[in-house]
Amino acid sequence: MTRQSVAKAHQKIQELAWEPAYHEPVSHYGTDYTFRKAKKKDPLKQVLRSYFPMEEEKDHRVYGAQDGAIRGNMFRQVQQRWMEWQKLFLSIIPLPEISAARAMPLLFRTVPNPELHNGQAIQMIDEVRHSTIQQNLKRLYMNNYIDPAGFNSSLRNFQNDYAGTIGRQFAEGFITGDAITAASIYLTIVAETAFTNTLFVAMPGEAAANGDYLLPTVFHSVQSDESRHISNGYATLLMALSDETNHQLLERDLRYAWWNNHCVVDAAIGTFIEYGTKDRRKDRESYAEMWRRWIYDDYYRSYLVPLEKYGLVIPHDLVEEAWNRIWNKGYVHEVAQFFATGWIANYWRIDPMTDEDFEWFEYKYPGWYDKYGAWWENYNRLSVPNGHKPIAFEDVDYAYPHRCWTCMVPCLIRQDMVLDEVDGQWRTYCSETCRWTDAVAFRPTYQGRQTPNMGKLIGSREWETLYHNWNFADIVKDMGYVRDDGKTLVAQPHLDLDPKKMWTLDHLRKCPPFPSPNVTLNEMTDEQRQAFHADYVRQGPAGRPAPQD
Amino acid sequence: MTATQERPGSQEQPQRSVPKPVFTDAEAGAREFPDSTLRRFNYYVPRKRKQSHYEDVTVEVQPDPRHYLSQGWLYGFADGTGGYPLDWTVLKAWGSDRPVPERFPGSGGQGYEWPAHGWHEFRDPNEEWEQSIYRNNSNVVRQLSQNIDAARQSKAFEQWNPNWVQFVAQHVGAWMHVDHGLGLYLFANANRRAPTNMHNTAISVNSMHRIRSAQDLALYNLTLSEEIPGFDGTAHNETWSADPAWQGVRETAEQLTAIWDWAEAVFAANVVFEPLVGELFRSNLVQQAAPGNGDFVTPTLIGAEEYDYAERDLRYTKALFEPLVRDKEFATHNTEIMDSWLATWVPRCLAAARTLQPLWSQPDAKPPRFEDGLDRAKSRFRGILADLGLRTPKELNQ
Ligand SMILES: [Fe+2]
Ligand SMILES: [Fe+2]
Ligand SMILES: [Zn+2]
Repeated sequence: MTRQSVAKAHQKIQELAWEPAYHEPVSHYGTDYTFRKAKKKDPLKQVLRSYFPMEEEKDHRVYGAQDGAIRGNMFRQVQQRWMEWQKLFLSIIPLPEISAARAMPLLFRTVPNPELHNGQAIQMIDEVRHSTIQQNLKRLYMNNYIDPAGFNSSLRNFQNDYAGTIGRQFAEGFITGDAITAASIYLTIVAETAFTNTLFVAMPGEAAANGDYLLPTVFHSVQSDESRHISNGYATLLMALSDETNHQLLERDLRYAWWNNHCVVDAAIGTFIEYGTKDRRKDRESYAEMWRRWIYDDYYRSYLVPLEKYGLVIPHDLVEEAWNRIWNKGYVHEVAQFFATGWIANYWRIDPMTDEDFEWFEYKYPGWYDKYGAWWENYNRLSVPNGHKPIAFEDVDYAYPHRCWTCMVPCLIRQDMVLDEVDGQWRTYCSETCRWTDAVAFRPTYQGRQTPNMGKLIGSREWETLYHNWNFADIVKDMGYVRDDGKTLVAQPHLDLDPKKMWTLDHLRKCPPFPSPNVTLNEMTDEQRQAFHADYVRQGPAGRPAPQD
Repeated sequence: MTATQERPGSQEQPQRSVPKPVFTDAEAGAREFPDSTLRRFNYYVPRKRKQSHYEDVTVEVQPDPRHYLSQGWLYGFADGTGGYPLDWTVLKAWGSDRPVPERFPGSGGQGYEWPAHGWHEFRDPNEEWEQSIYRNNSNVVRQLSQNIDAARQSKAFEQWNPNWVQFVAQHVGAWMHVDHGLGLYLFANANRRAPTNMHNTAISVNSMHRIRSAQDLALYNLTLSEEIPGFDGTAHNETWSADPAWQGVRETAEQLTAIWDWAEAVFAANVVFEPLVGELFRSNLVQQAAPGNGDFVTPTLIGAEEYDYAERDLRYTKALFEPLVRDKEFATHNTEIMDSWLATWVPRCLAAARTLQPLWSQPDAKPPRFEDGLDRAKSRFRGILADLGLRTPKELNQ
């Protein structure tokens, strides 16, 4: 269709909506936002007559590339170091996608703008597209990559593993609680507008550098739908802004959504890009450099800051602190180190770092070697079983961290850990903002105002609680991370597939029981807890125990 | 290009920085080791002997605390419910009453053996996922555009008699509102509500069929306004909101969108409303009357919608409800509930159908009598109920 006929067609389909005369549609979801004065804003125009063929055409390209990759033996050139992390990533991401589809109806009754509902329905089916096209990519990896373990058990593992649980926030946050907080601010304004660039553009770039050009093909195709979703969100945001009483809630939700997305997405994608690559060219961008470009410049400065002209207070402090965590506090390095420490609880293999990696890290993050070098040398030394235990149970100057109750990433920047008693339980938080999210933001009142529609943090949020004092062999069996010989682990701290070099349940049997940090914390006396806190904030970097003086 | 720039290939040319391909031999079959041949998803039981492509891309994407989701849902509504509660419908599949496994220090993460409850056994017989959605819907929009273009070029619209022009403007036009309202506020809305990914995906595809049909009709209406002198492209609005013949349909359509229970909504729309009202209007009125009035184009649009409903949306609907009627634990419970839904919705839909009756006398070339059409719709409806294992409600004879 020509541009003019699209405009006319779009105008015409506005005639479809009607005001109910007899019965209102059911109202399943609530919000504390109001849209009384909101002027209606248009999203990007899209008519199904052109939408379906456009997407079909995009599909042809994706499936054509997949056929070509198989015929061209792409898997003879992919880096296992990279592919292993895809076992984690592709176990998580289809759920956020489908959750975005499920989130769309949260906005139907809460945002009074029929024109937007059309855009949201198309986004719904886009997200079905994204979820299933990604599952399909994972299936292709399972069928064609050397080690199918972890791909073949993907969605079970994702559901019972702590890392999958961290990632699930980036899905459940879209579909529950206050409808605007969830489906608009968390999903569209922050997750899609800010973080899909790192997810769907930066990461595929790294995939290509590791011999995998299917991830870029699929994810660029996914990303090309994103501008419409961002436009849906922006139209909703402008409507919300026109009611002054919403500003307080917008500011709350921007703080929560920004910080939670940073905690979760930067942990995962940062690790994949920095520790999952073999591309150590000095001029390839580091995750920090990409973040500065995509998130800080493109999102924060070009999208968020201009919202100030509507009188909105932007969380400048949290943007700066996220950057500070990435650049000065080693957030991504701490997370990667934690993943590698806890490799026994994973369903993918983690390659040790080499001298070439060390050199690159030192070049990109000056001072890296002094902090993390010795630990990764230990990881390498302990990677093949040889009478010793897995690194988590060996003395390598690493104190096992407590988990953040809110974002569920461990409290790795030790000095920032916050301890609080909330809902009758002692909880640790990775940061003051995560404490605030639990104790202040997700509550039925906020700054003295009634917020009855705000959601709740629920669930067994500390994974270790479930396995309090279990032996790790039993933990791994319980989760199902064992290969078909009944003893070799899916996870390995190296890439060698020689069965003699792989860890088995027998090796784990010899480890001591594994206590839950949170259960232990709650068994402490007040004095013990204060001492624990004082010690914890003196730990690090790289998980070092507090200096003894 | 400037003079100072080096010629390609000259020695001073800076090396382009690109990652170098490396032979890794990381392809399937390169080595043998534990799991090296396990190339299928091992966390679900397929419906047939082999796992289908459709199952691989949909099953288990939406997790369930009753089997693998060991830490439970993480974010909830204000009342503390998260995820996809089973009690968002009053229907039950076997196992629905099993409590969510409790977690406590040292509890471990085991749930019930997969599938834990009968809802997970549902599979969409249309096997809809990304590829099928875009292939099917693109085919429809391409076909319709070609038909309309061909009609325009052959001046086919000039064959329509004036009464028929008005009929299409008003009444065929009015139907777009039904498609739009149900597509958005019933089906798209329900895609957040059902307990598994297979349900919600099938429902979202149903939603797109209806929204696409609505747009097909609206854009057809736009074309006709440009092609037929005197065609009133806005008449459908007035007809929908004020013509007494349409108020029964409108009231029923609105009432359908007001249903709280997602399964009741899908049941009332696809099992009751569509055969008794939708097919009555489309198959037994428009399709029958159009040819006699010189119109061979409108039936292709209406036919596309008929096909979507009869061959796709009704198919998954049957696959959804039929197993619940025969459920090994809740057959009686479910049958009683579906009977009560029939008792509620059959009279409403019949009343809506009857208020449409004046439409039958409007075209110059008359379609078969209203009562005959309604009888056909009723017998079609009886057949659907028989397929589902449900009794015909006495209300059908009213
Ligand atoms: Fe998406
Ligand atoms: Fe999206
Ligand atoms: Zn946190």
